[in-house]
Amino acid sequence: MTFLAKPKLHHPTLPKNKLGFTRRDYEGKVSTLCAGCGHDSISAALIQAFWELDIQPHRVAKMSGIGCSSKTPDYFLGQSHGFNTVHGRMPSVLTGANLANRDLIYLGVSGDGDSASIGLGQFAHVMRRGVNMTYILENNGVYGLTKGQFSATADKGSKAKKGSINADSAIDTVSLALLMGATFVARSFSGDKHQLVPLVKAAIAHQGAAFIDVISPCVAFNNHAGSTKSYEYIREHNEAVNRLDFWPTREAITVDYSAGGVIEVPTHDGSILKLRKLHEDYDPSDKINASAMIASAAVKGEVLTGLLYVAPDAEDLHAHLNTYETAFNTLGEKELCPGSAMLEKINAGLR
Amino acid sequence: MKTATRIEAVNDFVIKFANVNGSGSASANELFAKAFLRMGIPVSPRNIFPSNIQGLPTWYEVRVTEQGHLGRRGGVDLMVAMNPQTWNADVKEVDAGGYLFYDNTKPLPPSKFRDDINVVGMPLTEICNATYENPRERQLFKNIIYVGALAGMLGMEPEVIAELIGEQYKGKEKLLKPNLNALQLGLNYAREHLKDALGLKTKRAYNVGEKIFIDGNSAAALGCVYGGATVCAWYPITPSSSLAEAFTFYCSKLRVDKATGKQKYAIVQAEDELASIGIVTGAGWNGARAFTATSGPGISLMQEFIGLAYFAEIPVTIIDVQRGGPSTGMPTRTQQSDVTTCAYASHGDTKHVLLFPEDPNECFQFAAEALDLADRLQTPVFLMTDLDIGMNQRLTAPFKWDDSRRYDRGKVMTAEMLEAGKEFGRYLDVDGDGIPFRTYPGTHPNKGAYFTRGTSRNPYAVYSEAGPDYQYNMQRLLKKHDFAKTLVPKPVLTPSKEPARFGIIYYGSTSPSMHEALEALATQGVFINALRIRAFPFQDEIFDFVASHTKVFVVEQNRDAQLKTLLVNDAGINPASLISVLHYDGTPITARFIQKEIAEIVSALNVRPIKKDKAA
Ligand SMILES: Cc1ncc(C[n+]2csc(CCOP(=O)(O)OP(=O)(O)O)c2C)c(N)n1
Ligand code: SF4
Ligand SMILES: [Mg+2]
Repeated sequence: MTFLAKPKLHHPTLPKNKLGFTRRDYEGKVSTLCAGCGHDSISAALIQAFWELDIQPHRVAKMSGIGCSSKTPDYFLGQSHGFNTVHGRMPSVLTGANLANRDLIYLGVSGDGDSASIGLGQFAHVMRRGVNMTYILENNGVYGLTKGQFSATADKGSKAKKGSINADSAIDTVSLALLMGATFVARSFSGDKHQLVPLVKAAIAHQGAAFIDVISPCVAFNNHAGSTKSYEYIREHNEAVNRLDFWPTREAITVDYSAGGVIEVPTHDGSILKLRKLHEDYDPSDKINASAMIASAAVKGEVLTGLLYVAPDAEDLHAHLNTYETAFNTLGEKELCPGSAMLEKINAGLR
Repeated sequence: MKTATRIEAVNDFVIKFANVNGSGSASANELFAKAFLRMGIPVSPRNIFPSNIQGLPTWYEVRVTEQGHLGRRGGVDLMVAMNPQTWNADVKEVDAGGYLFYDNTKPLPPSKFRDDINVVGMPLTEICNATYENPRERQLFKNIIYVGALAGMLGMEPEVIAELIGEQYKGKEKLLKPNLNALQLGLNYAREHLKDALGLKTKRAYNVGEKIFIDGNSAAALGCVYGGATVCAWYPITPSSSLAEAFTFYCSKLRVDKATGKQKYAIVQAEDELASIGIVTGAGWNGARAFTATSGPGISLMQEFIGLAYFAEIPVTIIDVQRGGPSTGMPTRTQQSDVTTCAYASHGDTKHVLLFPEDPNECFQFAAEALDLADRLQTPVFLMTDLDIGMNQRLTAPFKWDDSRRYDRGKVMTAEMLEAGKEFGRYLDVDGDGIPFRTYPGTHPNKGAYFTRGTSRNPYAVYSEAGPDYQYNMQRLLKKHDFAKTLVPKPVLTPSKEPARFGIIYYGSTSPSMHEALEALATQGVFINALRIRAFPFQDEIFDFVASHTKVFVVEQNRDAQLKTLLVNDAGINPASLISVLHYDGTPITARFIQKEIAEIVSALNVRPIKKDKAA
């Protein structure tokens, strides 16, 4: 794709952060996603956030499941270790990694199919456990990588590219995360970097389970009849040849709207997304209010964006388990093995 | 009624307790078993229990064996029939000339008995009702009373049992006294009314020595502590749950930092086995030693991750405490029936390292070993125990640990090595053993980071779907698996006293019964060399062993001859040279079963005695 511009030449005028790194130092491989895919905008926001926070890239571990969204960790933070795990199970792998070395920053990237369909169980449990991580759900309402089937976040009544109507209720991931005990819950839009970058930064700084649901339009599959004219043409072409062999090149959608405001975003499929940004004086420490706000916005057909909830006194899994301060992966025999004299004592107790 | 013959035996018999689950019998029975050990007489107890918490039949079989035969013998010399539900079957199970001990408070019609066994009645309920007010006490102390009576009849040393009760209720005087009283009640009754009721006797022996008495799950858990596991993720499933629980217990004693009170371990009871293996995979990827304990159904759920760990080359230790079949079926019965499923677990071309411990001592050793192997080979390693080893206390050699031993963390490239300019290719075979170097995440600011995925990558972990890259990788994985042969525990040969043309291959919990069967066969004039396989992949010794015998029996506790399948399939051994002997009714294999099966086959094969000079 075109979004994360390449040649890896460092322009001398590129701004540097406190570590002396330019944004380019936070980039990864060239993205292989469709041009205009919302997921690439999210990658760009992540790069910006890590750069702004002056985080050493190699101190980040990037974990993901499977899907277009889960491919993205290869496209940013090229000096970080990454792990493209299995579909829907990133949370457990991230949990184990976090237990092994509490000193790294853990970033989990997932899709709506990955988190809300196949991985709903792990999604819920990782929030319950309070694993210290930033969990980004790149939510497009479809399975991008397997070509356009509904995911569990697809709105009831919505129409898939192949024409079928979704009859199942949608899962609202932010409500679920709140219910499961996530201590940082936010929602944003891939194209709203003014909102997304600060949210990502806050999530990284948060010491506990931080969740951001990022609405991220899929340019390839959230299309259906009734969309824009050019699209109609492409759809007809693809239908005529009975395969999806022509992809429109599209621009990523961007938005810019102020706190308290509402914006109507036309998406590639012709539908309108209505985003409402939380007021500046919104109190994110009130969990019950957060749930009520999400629900009442939904009734109005609006999607509430912003930091919905944060628990100021959050604790993470290491605190719950009272684990040792030194990373487990650095401990050796001296710290871990009780030795032969102790074993003799144990033997004696077994006679 | 004709008078039955009487089995007469000293320090060598089988007593089976038929009880109701949840009636407090388990602790009383265990106390009884331990008393023999304190008298220097080896004993081998086994729980035979239902998948249920209260109210269903449960049995406890105690094999008293001065010779130290720790396998299940088969047959019952004395049945302690405390469960009316199973009365008929229990009575039927007693060997002719054996004994039936029961509560004769309520008379039973003669049709309920057999005339070829000796019946010993004791009014247990009556005694309890006369002594205790509270129904719970009546039930609980009934168990101790029968232990006292049995001890009296068998001529056991009562001080030994009193001593054990003393240890058990140390600091709990309120419980200690009534327990001792109950024991005495039973002893007194036996002395007055049941003198010489049994032909089974005990006398002090000296065959226990330094041995320790522990179940395999606890032993494996302790092995994980000694082996340096810091992360354990698990989901409860019989018969493996007590392993994770024992790990929790040992860690709380041995792994808490004295200065800070902080834990040098993390145990997560996950939401399912998909999560537990995921957590272990994540921890292994990040350089901590991690394990999970599970059983067959859990292994089924873990399949996808096992494949990922294999292809992404992540150290993972999986302890499979095998049991029978699906969750409704025989979950509380023993089998060796996950062998092929674990050897080839997951999608794609996969092969895994398996270890087969024979007893708690090897559970300890191999658990620590598995953690080393997983790191060295960067792959899943399976410790294949089973319910018989895992959930029964067994007399076993004391645990040993060499303090000079260092954990083998395998090929890990450090920041210094990277800094020194050492070439790093995550999937590059640098030493010809198929094992690449890895880096832990966070090692170096601009060297050694890589993106982990399945197989679509080249030796430098760069995305690639090119055929040659895929094949290079697959061949290297095969080479690595082959190299594992040089690291895993070697098979153990037990040569027969006389030249033998037949061989026997066996593994795991079959071991004690096998040794007893071999002795018995030898006294019948059937001489067989025995090889105990302790790991997969198979070493050359195993081929040589098969090649040097006319026929080799493969004794297993499953229906499908799973180890034999591996021998034929993976090691290319001619199936015509192998004869399967299979035991899979859910109970542990017995010496009598092995002896009978082998003797029959051997005589059917019409053995010609072979000349002494033609050694096998
Ligand atoms: C066990 C398993 N089942 C099915 C798949 C196929 N699969 C790959 S990606 C995907 C859906 C991904 O959807 P989502 O998480 O929403 O990601 P997106 O591509 O939309 O970003 C599926 C079903 C798989 N990889 N693994
Ligand atoms: S298919 Fe959809 S989600 Fe996948 S890369 Fe293309 S636009 Fe993005
Ligand atoms: Mg999706």
